[in-house]
Amino acid sequence: METTTTEPGAPSRLPAAAAGRKARPASAGARGGRLRGLVTIALFLLPGLVLFCLLVVAPILVAFYTSTFKWSGLGGPPTEFVGLDNFTRLFANEVFLGDLWHGAVLIALSVVVQLPLALGIALLLNQRLRGRAFYRLVFFAPYILSEAITAVLFTMILSPDQGLANQILGIFGLDGLEWFADQSTVLVALFLVMTWKYFGFHMIIYLAGRQGIPKELTEAAQIDGASGWKVFRFVTLPLLGPTIRISVFLSIIGAIQLFDLVWIITEGGPTHSSETMAVTMFEFGFNRFQVGYASAISVVMFLISLVFALAYQRFVLRRDLEGATTVMRDQR
Amino acid sequence: MNGRANPVISGRLRGLSLHLVVLVIAAFVVVPLLYGVLGGFKDTGQLSTNPFGLPSPWVPENYTDVIMSASFWRQLGNSTFIAIATTVIVVGVSAMAAFVFARFAFRGREFLFTLFAAGLMFPFAVAILPLFVLLRTFGLLDNPFGVILPQAAFGLPMTIVILRGFFRAIPGELEEAATLDGCGAFGFFWRILLPMARPAIATVSVLAVVASWNNFMLPLVVFNDPNWWTIPLGVQRFQGQHASETARILAYIVLAMIPALGFYAVAERHLIGGLTAGAMKG
Repeated sequence: METTTTEPGAPSRLPAAAAGRKARPASAGARGGRLRGLVTIALFLLPGLVLFCLLVVAPILVAFYTSTFKWSGLGGPPTEFVGLDNFTRLFANEVFLGDLWHGAVLIALSVVVQLPLALGIALLLNQRLRGRAFYRLVFFAPYILSEAITAVLFTMILSPDQGLANQILGIFGLDGLEWFADQSTVLVALFLVMTWKYFGFHMIIYLAGRQGIPKELTEAAQIDGASGWKVFRFVTLPLLGPTIRISVFLSIIGAIQLFDLVWIITEGGPTHSSETMAVTMFEFGFNRFQVGYASAISVVMFLISLVFALAYQRFVLRRDLEGATTVMRDQR
Repeated sequence: MNGRANPVISGRLRGLSLHLVVLVIAAFVVVPLLYGVLGGFKDTGQLSTNPFGLPSPWVPENYTDVIMSASFWRQLGNSTFIAIATTVIVVGVSAMAAFVFARFAFRGREFLFTLFAAGLMFPFAVAILPLFVLLRTFGLLDNPFGVILPQAAFGLPMTIVILRGFFRAIPGELEEAATLDGCGAFGFFWRILLPMARPAIATVSVLAVVASWNNFMLPLVVFNDPNWWTIPLGVQRFQGQHASETARILAYIVLAMIPALGFYAVAERHLIGGLTAGAMKG
């Protein structure tokens, strides 16, 4: 990061345009101005910093601390230090290993099924199609409904006895499924709900990305004789790269933290077959009063998110971010 | 494909098949919602004997019962109050911080900004246990501020990142002119920057309202007292209490959807603009 040309530590207004162009004389007045600048910075930054440190940073640090204790969460601060025992217990526990597996399955399904679907629809809606504004509005609507409403709605629709889904299967002469009640179908049923709720969001991102591709490029390819598929494969898809990479990132981060839908629909059942890390953490923290153990799960969740985010930015988003920073530099 | 042979017909066919695909997907989205709306007008018997048709007879009681119940309105009021308070706090506080990050140079600026931006990937669930202990210590359980303040805190990263980008784009000459006219930092912020940033402020506000409105986990642990339940919590509890009365639950969730869908209809442009901007910058 380049810095502006004032003395280190000295606040200066307008780093973007004026600094460097207009060096202030080091008179008493300037020192007063510098002090006033520092006070302004502190006053403007303080509320955000306090709120953020107290309610975001501190709780995460505390989670690290309590994860090394055996603690019920009640009756004063934790005292029974157990080192990394909670973590060894965690990685020997089948339920927790199951959580990791379910997360991986949901991520794989999202990336292989849901996102290509969203991309396909976005490209469809990018064509001249009657009523496409209306379709866009409809496809995005589930995203703004709360997870709670979605979860309850689909508990009814995918109910094994009289749910709508089984009634529809019945029309085609098919047997109804157990959906959330069967260990072998619960994850797929959950994925169905996630797709209903989230594909519109990814579609909107892809649409925005697609509309950012200049028409001249696809037209030039067409004039050169490229077929529809080739235009997609060699022009549209590469240019959508940054958008797709972001969408994959958001999808994975979302799956790592999945809680609301699972908690309301299945509470992780039947027999833990749809449990996620957040659900296990919640169960141990708030229902079984094993806060130390639950904190260990929080810490693992945090580390997985962090390592994933850093690795993704380092290896996958690198090119995109380089572009972004050069743009930012140009603006300075 | 022998599309070259007769472009008019093949074009038509292609348009038709495209439309068919879109219609199928639209059905996938709409049918569950429609099932909810119509199901709310049936009774539970009708739901199993006549799942697809219109209700006969129409049973409005499911809806009117919910509309008459004080708890539903109470939850609506709670959700509204919490969403508005969260939004005012997170947008106000973020605008101030984003102003400093965008237009001042000082030591530690990049570090602090990175700290906030890193908050974008802190999962809420990671902090929930210590947050709960903290709120209990401060006596903020069963208190709306026990939800409002953490929500605002977790909304800071996204809001600051979006607003900072917007504030940076406002030309420096404008600030110089304001300074020459005797406008201090606060005056510039309040009288020039904020009014100019109105579209960005609207966007982040809409995002904050939606996030607050839909939040489930935090109200779940903070509110034990039904008087403070928000809509998502109320929906979940209503299902728990009336598990076998499908039609009543459908009526409840359909009514609970209306404010969100109405808000979406009004604020669609800001919402979508904000989400795409947030995604690109996040």
